[in-house]
Amino acid sequence: MIIAGILGDLQVLLTDTGMWVNLLEFGILLYLAALGEVIAEKAGVLNLGVEGMMAVGALTGYWAGIQTGSPWAAAVIAALAVAIFAMVHGVVSVVMGADQVVSGLALTILGLGLAAFLGTDLVSQPSGAKFSDLSLGALGDIPGVGPTLFSMDGMGWVALALGFITWFVLNRTRVGLNLRAVGESAATADAAGTPVVATRLVAVAIGGAFAGLAGAYLTLKVTPSWNESIVGGLGWIAVALVIFGAWRPGRVLIGALLFGGLIAVGPRFQTRRCNGDEITDCITTEINPIVVSMLPYALTIAVLVLLSIRSRNRPSVAPAAIGQAYRREER
Amino acid sequence: MTAVELDGIWKRFPGVIANAGASLTVAPGSVHAVLGENGAGKTTLMNVLAGVYRPDEGTVRLDGVEQSFSKPADAIAAGVGMVYQEFRLIPTFTVTENVALGSAPAVLSKSSMEKQVGELAERFGLHTEPGREVWQLSMGERQRVEILKALWRNAQVLILDEPTAVLTPNEAAELGRITATMAAEGRSIIFISHKLDEVKTFCDEATVLRGGKTVASSLSVDDLDAGRMAELMVGEATAVSQRRVRTTVVGERVLDVDNIIVHDIHGRAVVNDVSLVVGRGEIVGIAGVAGNGQRPLADAIAGLRQASTGTVSVTHTDITGMDARTRNSHGLAYVPEDRIGVGLAPRMNAIDNAIMRNYRTLGDGPLIDFGQAESRAASLIERYNIKVGRVDQPLAGLSGGNLQRLLVGRELDDEPVVLIAAQPTRGLDVQGVKAIQDILVEQATDGVGILLISEDLEELFALSDRLLVMHEGAVVGEFDPDTATRQEVGAAMAGAHASEGSAH
Repeated sequence: MIIAGILGDLQVLLTDTGMWVNLLEFGILLYLAALGEVIAEKAGVLNLGVEGMMAVGALTGYWAGIQTGSPWAAAVIAALAVAIFAMVHGVVSVVMGADQVVSGLALTILGLGLAAFLGTDLVSQPSGAKFSDLSLGALGDIPGVGPTLFSMDGMGWVALALGFITWFVLNRTRVGLNLRAVGESAATADAAGTPVVATRLVAVAIGGAFAGLAGAYLTLKVTPSWNESIVGGLGWIAVALVIFGAWRPGRVLIGALLFGGLIAVGPRFQTRRCNGDEITDCITTEINPIVVSMLPYALTIAVLVLLSIRSRNRPSVAPAAIGQAYRREER
Repeated sequence: MTAVELDGIWKRFPGVIANAGASLTVAPGSVHAVLGENGAGKTTLMNVLAGVYRPDEGTVRLDGVEQSFSKPADAIAAGVGMVYQEFRLIPTFTVTENVALGSAPAVLSKSSMEKQVGELAERFGLHTEPGREVWQLSMGERQRVEILKALWRNAQVLILDEPTAVLTPNEAAELGRITATMAAEGRSIIFISHKLDEVKTFCDEATVLRGGKTVASSLSVDDLDAGRMAELMVGEATAVSQRRVRTTVVGERVLDVDNIIVHDIHGRAVVNDVSLVVGRGEIVGIAGVAGNGQRPLADAIAGLRQASTGTVSVTHTDITGMDARTRNSHGLAYVPEDRIGVGLAPRMNAIDNAIMRNYRTLGDGPLIDFGQAESRAASLIERYNIKVGRVDQPLAGLSGGNLQRLLVGRELDDEPVVLIAAQPTRGLDVQGVKAIQDILVEQATDGVGILLISEDLEELFALSDRLLVMHEGAVVGEFDPDTATRQEVGAAMAGAHASEGSAH
């Protein structure tokens, strides 16, 4: 009985095209933010400011959308703005060598506060630009993936392309080798002639730009409006996602879709619950959506446990120099 | 023509003059030893050549051309490569990635790079697997990766900082062949060492530093013998370690270790069925290449690590199930290999460190009587001649010798019956070594049973009544230091006995 109920619910959810569309949207958003964090952390800089950077990106994107009317122009402006904003963390933690955790948290608080303050007038303003779904002709008619994957907007494809580029640059180029070396052992990289501080600053800026894109995507597509609590913890999920995906762009993509799915599914336990008279095409299982929204973190902790069991003797999958300020040992 | 010429190098650090006009001349195509005590300025001088430090005064010339390095990358570009004692490799990178770091092509092709690294390795007889991640490699293999890194950048001058410290005798011999190959190609190798035998075997010439100055330059190694080398290094003709003359009769057993097995987290037996006894007044030495189970054995005896099976007894009391504190109260003292970290807390002061073992006996209940604590610390400082600035300052600034005397003194403060001393003289200068060795001998004379774990064969031969050799977690041989040869013990360290199957 119970199993039949759960299977029935699962069918309801999986045949819900709206759920898949939401899954992709949140997946794309989380993927962009987490990719940026992967780049920063691979260079050895933990940036806990993702939540704040996304808020700044969301606001800037929304504002620029109204000003320009173009979602692409707005997204690029948001990316640049957040890249610059991220330099607060870059200067404080990389150049001046302050604690990365404290500096990153400060960036989050600063970003949330700044966006709330500067965005007061935008709360009542209607959206000026919105990403529209991309039609891929006949591909859009394929049942299942047609109305979802092959109908997603351009930012989805941009995110996938950025994912591939990030993987390629990190693993197949000199720049990536140097960046990973900086994140594993700054002293070794320095001795090999890699400019540690510059590499880290660039990584933090790119990480900021990606978070800016994610934030802009939020207000230019997912929820085309502005209010100060719009990011609502998505930045933290992105930080957890980096660990869940073991700092690998490919695995982070899988995690982004999984976490995006959880975010998409959560509210449906409420909105599509059976209520007495309606008994078909609705959900019978009683789960508090709050429980579903905790799952990304629970899964991340589970992954951390699994990784620590696997890696007692081998080096951790986390970049070894993460969180460590570097100062050349010139005496 | 000289490959390397360091002339009148001065380098001052706050409170210390590391180099006071040191000089060094190395001929192309030669293996050149740089000798000196700890603190003689060898590493500083080499760091000047490798671009890590800028000299305050003096000139660096390569092939007669004056150089001014502001960072290590400058020295690398000029053809100077340095292999540090602590390897600077990235464990999660492959051999090839480590070698190519800093001089990789813009787009990496894994297969062709691995092929190139493999070919370079083969040319110099450096056995390595280009595709493996470095954390999986032995110390000897890691060292070869470091050398490959330098060769990849076409280093004409290669500095090796105490390269044999982490190697088995076989690996050391192989390193000798590798340096000879490089020298035959016209490259110059600078070999920092304080082991006479390897200097005589591997090197052509030797330069000796003392107190930051060069006291002998470019001596032919044929003119060096142990006495002369010690005289140059220390400044007076002190004999190298003298064989201890035993004055006590070995008495009843004070330490009984029976069939101890210690597993690591992968279930591998890192200590494999070790049994040994130490008698009253006896010094039992344990020789072995680093990482062959000495450390887990010592930790298991001291109670810092769980043994899977086996028993440990001190004066016939089974202490196997006890924690480290209780074992200590039964008369077991431990001088661990990591004197900073495990042995002493460097950010705490001399008083705190001095009473770390027995603070419970000072004062009532939860309160510590710091008056008593201070006098306890003061008596240690006086008795063991420890030079501390102030007893209430963190230890961090003390020299290795002073730290070790404080640690040894603390462990002996409660008059133990058994002392486990792991690498007690490693990294100390000649005077420091002598002070610690004297304490060990004095304690043995007083009846303490000592288990001495060391990588220094000379020390083991000089001090031990019996000498055990560990290889891959097992005791593979027992020797009488009066009759055994270095070669026999060295062969056992390399596993020669184990491979005959007699010891497993």
